[in-house]
Amino acid sequence: MLSIKNLHASIEGTPILKGINLEIKPGEVHAIMGPNGSGKSTLASVLAGREEYEVTEGEVTFNGKDLLDLNPEDRAREGVFLAFQYPVEIPGVSTTNFLRTAVNQVREYRGQEQLDAVKFLSLMKEKMKLVEIDQKLMSRALNEGFSGGEKKRNEIFQMAMLEPTLSILDETDSGLDIDALRIVSNGVNQLKSPDNATIVVTHYQRLLDYIVPDFVHVLYKGRIVKSGSKELALDLEEKGYDWIKEDVDGASV
Amino acid sequence: MTTLTKNKITESFLEAAHLTKAENLVALQQKGIDFLKNEGLPAQKAEEYKFTHLSKKLEANISNFGAASKASLNAEQVKAELIADLDAHLLVFNNGQLDLELSSFSEDNYTLKSFADLSAEEAQKIGTIAKVEKDPFAALNTTSFEQGTYIHIAKGKVVEKPFQVLYFNQANGGQVISPRIYIDAEANTEATFIEKIISLDEAAYFLNSVTEVKVSDNSHLHYYKIQNESTSAIEVNNFVTDIHRDATFSAFTLSLQGDMIRNNLSLNLLDSGCEGNMYGLYLLDGNSHVDNHTNVDHTMPHADSNELYKGILGDKSRGVFNGKIFVRQDAQKTNAFQQNNNILLSDDAIINTKPQLEIWADDVKCSHGCTTGQLDDEALFYLQARGIGKEEARGLLLYAFAGEILDHIKIEAFKEYCISLVQERLGNL
Ligand SMILES: Nc1ncnc2c1ncn2[C@@H]1O[C@H](COP(=O)(O)OP(=O)(O)OP(=O)(O)O)[C@@H](O)[C@H]1O
Ligand SMILES: [Mg+2]
Repeated sequence: MLSIKNLHASIEGTPILKGINLEIKPGEVHAIMGPNGSGKSTLASVLAGREEYEVTEGEVTFNGKDLLDLNPEDRAREGVFLAFQYPVEIPGVSTTNFLRTAVNQVREYRGQEQLDAVKFLSLMKEKMKLVEIDQKLMSRALNEGFSGGEKKRNEIFQMAMLEPTLSILDETDSGLDIDALRIVSNGVNQLKSPDNATIVVTHYQRLLDYIVPDFVHVLYKGRIVKSGSKELALDLEEKGYDWIKEDVDGASV
Repeated sequence: MTTLTKNKITESFLEAAHLTKAENLVALQQKGIDFLKNEGLPAQKAEEYKFTHLSKKLEANISNFGAASKASLNAEQVKAELIADLDAHLLVFNNGQLDLELSSFSEDNYTLKSFADLSAEEAQKIGTIAKVEKDPFAALNTTSFEQGTYIHIAKGKVVEKPFQVLYFNQANGGQVISPRIYIDAEANTEATFIEKIISLDEAAYFLNSVTEVKVSDNSHLHYYKIQNESTSAIEVNNFVTDIHRDATFSAFTLSLQGDMIRNNLSLNLLDSGCEGNMYGLYLLDGNSHVDNHTNVDHTMPHADSNELYKGILGDKSRGVFNGKIFVRQDAQKTNAFQQNNNILLSDDAIINTKPQLEIWADDVKCSHGCTTGQLDDEALFYLQARGIGKEEARGLLLYAFAGEILDHIKIEAFKEYCISLVQERLGNL
């Protein structure tokens, strides 16, 4: 489904990603962990098509298409979804209005019929249950004045509405209490299918008790320096990153 | 007239100035002439006109300083400009003069007359709100206007339907157009005015209007204005209101196009319990230049003013915002709020924004702020990342920015009309 080969990317001339390789197949869940500033969000942003990041080397194919060749909206329409680490507040645009525009543009691209107001509202109601999001938030401006937890829930709600095939959750668990974490994970798990895949970026193994990964990767200094099964996350929880850093930094001296 | 004046352009205007026939306005006109002779039109360095060099603009574009004669205008042209689904008293102005044939109104709960028919007592009022000495262009209008229009709303009357006021403008012989309006709203009255300024062709004219409004005790007036003119229109609006006890006045100005437009909007809050609101939106492209100079004068305790102006500037357009809030010593417990936000869409667009607060009372709540920025890239990316096309996303964000101003429009049909104008403009910015 997703194939990343030797991906290098920089921002304002500073290299951040220095040769990422990753293969993701339908149905898989990949966790990406790593110390602060290692490039996790950069990888997520590059996949979603953020223009500030310049890809200097490598390739990414998504369902056979050159992903890097597509603009951000077409990536979303093709089925890539990024749940933002820091969802943006957009005053003046109501959540409902925004989502209706998004859903219909995605549907148009996929050759599906447009949803009228009634159908859209019933779809919304159905998906709102999934993440137990408050109806009141829907008429408010997008993310404006939402609490941290509400913003994260809103990301998963949008994911449910857009039905992506590849979801990238960038620290969707950070800052959530255990109840909210359960609700969000439950939403993600219900959306999982043999046809779609998930990348979860996280600092906390706690999340991985709920969303169980098939693979865990450690990103450090712009490279995936270690990959393993879900037990790797437990090791990291216990031992931290120092042993990995030493390995990597020691080897490069 | 051979007296030396401050500058040549003032002299050209004075030479061409129309002498009013109404005897009871002669003294006022003379005051205008004297003021202009002494002060002249603003020179390049004049502080109040620092970013809007009108004298220079007029020198370059006006060659006939006489009044524009009546333009040819028919009912079809008027119809084409009417705001859809707006049931209103229609006032049509042809080059600054009320055209009774094309207008259509019934004087229920108000009366309307030409300055020529004013009683001595009524004539006394003209020029007492928009004072000659306050602004050289107000003085110029005072020397040049032909027939003014006086609207009187008697005590306790509510004018249910709004006034739809269409100003048609076209250089015709002379290039100068000088409408003059006096609205006299007595106590406990209500009325709404919706004004549209229209160019009949692309030739340069100079529209220099004065509107004086008296909002008496406990009266409520709304005044909406749309400026969407030709790219060679030069314009100064002097709009001054006296707001009395417990009265409210709200102004809304939507500016879309013109060569150089200057709006002088002054609210005098003269008593307690009154409220003045000013909302403005300027969405400019090409070389349009729009300057909003507002002035609110708090003179007595317990009065409120709210001001919100927003601008989106593309191409080589230029916006100026200058908001003066004056709180006098007696005006304790004043609430004054002012905000000006701008988005610049091009490197060549310019905004000059300046709040000016002068506060002499100590127990007041005043806040002001201004921002200027680009379209928010992060917000744009967020919308795109949800599958919304870039153009559409841009439109959503710009409309969200502008929409806050449109929300202050109270007349549904007019609001719809403004929304369509704004969306059309944003689609091309
Ligand atoms: N806009 C930017 N300009 C300059 N440097 C940037 C920018 N964005 C990110 N960086 C740098 O890129 C590096 C990687 O950042 P990134 O946000 O991808 O890390 P991360 O692994 O997601 O960290 P965290 O766990 O804190 O979220 C950091 O050193 C960061 O300072
Ligand atoms: Mg991050």
